[in-house]
Amino acid sequence: MSSKVALTGNEALAQAMRQINPDVVAAYPITPQTAMVQTFSQFVADGEVDTEYVTVESEHSAMSATVGASAAGARAMTATAANGLALMWEVLYIASGTRLPIVMPVVNRALSGPINIHCDHSDAMGARDSGWIQLYAENAQEAYDNAIQALRISEHKDVMLPTMVNLDGFITSHAVESLEILADSDVKEFIGEYKAEHHLLDSKNPIAVGPLDLQDFYFEHKMQQSIAMENSKEVILEVAKEYKELSGREYEFFEEYKLDDAEIGIVALNSTAGTAKGAVDNLREQGVKAGLLKIRVYRPFPGEEIAEVLKSLKAVAVLDRAESFSTNGGPVFGDIRSILYNIKADVEVVNYIYGLGGRDIKVGEIESVYRDLEEIIDSGNVKNRVSHLGVRE
Amino acid sequence: MKLKEAAKTKERLTGGHRLCSGCGAGTATNLIMRASKNPAVVGCATGCLEVSTTIYPFTAWEDSFIHNAFENVAATISGVEAAYRSLVKQGKMDEEFDFIAFGGDGGTYDIGFQSLSGAMERGHNMVYICYDNGAYMNTGIQRSSATPKGANTTTSPAGKVIPGKQQYKKELTDIMVAHNIPYVAQASLFKPQDLLRKAQKAFETKGPAFINVIATCPRGWRSRAEKGIELTKVAADTCAWPLFEVEEGKWKLNYKPKKKKPIEEWLRQQGRFKHLFKKGNEHLIEEIQEHTDQRWEYLLEMCEKD
Repeated sequence: MSSKVALTGNEALAQAMRQINPDVVAAYPITPQTAMVQTFSQFVADGEVDTEYVTVESEHSAMSATVGASAAGARAMTATAANGLALMWEVLYIASGTRLPIVMPVVNRALSGPINIHCDHSDAMGARDSGWIQLYAENAQEAYDNAIQALRISEHKDVMLPTMVNLDGFITSHAVESLEILADSDVKEFIGEYKAEHHLLDSKNPIAVGPLDLQDFYFEHKMQQSIAMENSKEVILEVAKEYKELSGREYEFFEEYKLDDAEIGIVALNSTAGTAKGAVDNLREQGVKAGLLKIRVYRPFPGEEIAEVLKSLKAVAVLDRAESFSTNGGPVFGDIRSILYNIKADVEVVNYIYGLGGRDIKVGEIESVYRDLEEIIDSGNVKNRVSHLGVRE
Repeated sequence: MKLKEAAKTKERLTGGHRLCSGCGAGTATNLIMRASKNPAVVGCATGCLEVSTTIYPFTAWEDSFIHNAFENVAATISGVEAAYRSLVKQGKMDEEFDFIAFGGDGGTYDIGFQSLSGAMERGHNMVYICYDNGAYMNTGIQRSSATPKGANTTTSPAGKVIPGKQQYKKELTDIMVAHNIPYVAQASLFKPQDLLRKAQKAFETKGPAFINVIATCPRGWRSRAEKGIELTKVAADTCAWPLFEVEEGKWKLNYKPKKKKPIEEWLRQQGRFKHLFKKGNEHLIEEIQEHTDQRWEYLLEMCEKD
């Protein structure tokens, strides 16, 4: 039996971690993730989980110890945000390259400097090429559901890759929402027991993890990693299907919101998708054929599937909550425009970088983006390929 | 365990690894592994020992091995040991294991210092071995905070104006003592029985143990390969590398030279100190002697006090 509860995003994720009951959690506190690991520590202190909680002295050690635990055959988790994720950078690649099925909530926050503790996606976007699967969530419910599914995705034998479960700092992590959490026993059954095929604590079959891999093998191992990422696409959908049977909630690579007959559309990730839905509803009332594509799975990038949906639109705006400083737009924009080029789609694509450092984005601002798209269609001209939305001049 | 018995135990770091001849790290590791009575999980920081013993698809280790990165072997083994404790607690495992982390001085004194400090403070049941060869030898002899004063390295070269490394080495063993862990020792290759005993003690210790072993590096020291072990005796006789242990806070000296030799004897046999013997640099050797004397006096005082 699932139950309806009122929780913050952080509390929801702590509940997910409690239900997952990992063998090891090695984590370091950082705003806005702190409440998650604090709540989880209490579960440990109260004996509600079997977890060994390693109170590491940094995020670098958090990821390092998680790698050690996972290589030892344990189900191992950590959680972080912003600079914490940046400090893990080196070891993120080692975790994925070593093919360890670690699951890590990332409470998205702006990277320093200047220091800022509020939401944007500069942390996760910087790690998009680290070989981790990346899931994004509009709200606490989705973040919770993604965390449970992430275990199954990561641990699938054809995948064996780590997953980041992203949620927006403060907006999702600190706001109290009404959501449904599954029964403990249902989660336990859904994720099953983790049995590593090879691990360090098998004295009869000792293994070497992380050896020196030179010109004669490294490339093949990277190729296997690439194939695993490709494999994860099918697994993500299979797991979602099974999860729907359990929870009644449906997940795919992305959500299409009023896109069927849309002429103009926005692509967004995380909580902004909720705000954009408000804008779409308002415009629909005025007869504007507006729609939204909300990306849930950003790594692997479901390029063909997204292109298939967007190709029937006339103009698309990609909202990026991160600067890439390429002077050619944000990271999601680059990916979307590239896939549409592949199929020679006749769609204008523009980019809006917004919300850096927690700058609010309002329904009216998103409506103005749709108005810009209408103007592009009417005039046949793109005035600004890349704009910064909501910033003072 | 006597050395003779140790020699009969199964080799756990096997031959065929690619460490240089005369390298102290391999000898120390081989002996230390013989002191372990349980199956082990060995972690290695990036460095000579790591790159020379596990070149895919080969491994020289009979036990499970993990290399993560340069600065995080202590954190990595923390994770392995935490996994073990969790599985034991859940009744999923009952076999005894030893958890060992190896790091060179670069991976221990410098870049891995935070990770080491954290792991020791948290009290993981692990043995950390630092093989101290006094520089970043794997990348081509760059100075570390373990490099002795005056040494010529590729990043502290002896030049026309600056005569090699300007600072004395960091006393890492003392810093480990300050962590109040149950067992800390400094060991050397010329006393294999002492090293073996210390390793055994470290493995028997409940909680963290730290051993710092001096490891000759003929490439970096500019010394003769066949002098590998002999040089470590000179280090002890000149008090450049004293042997001591601190058990539950009690200091104990393990080797007192019959006649303390002048530091010159240690410096003269290594090309890295050659420039110190040039005319006009006499004061540098005097300074190093003075520092060595002070350090020795301090150790005597700590050990006599207990």
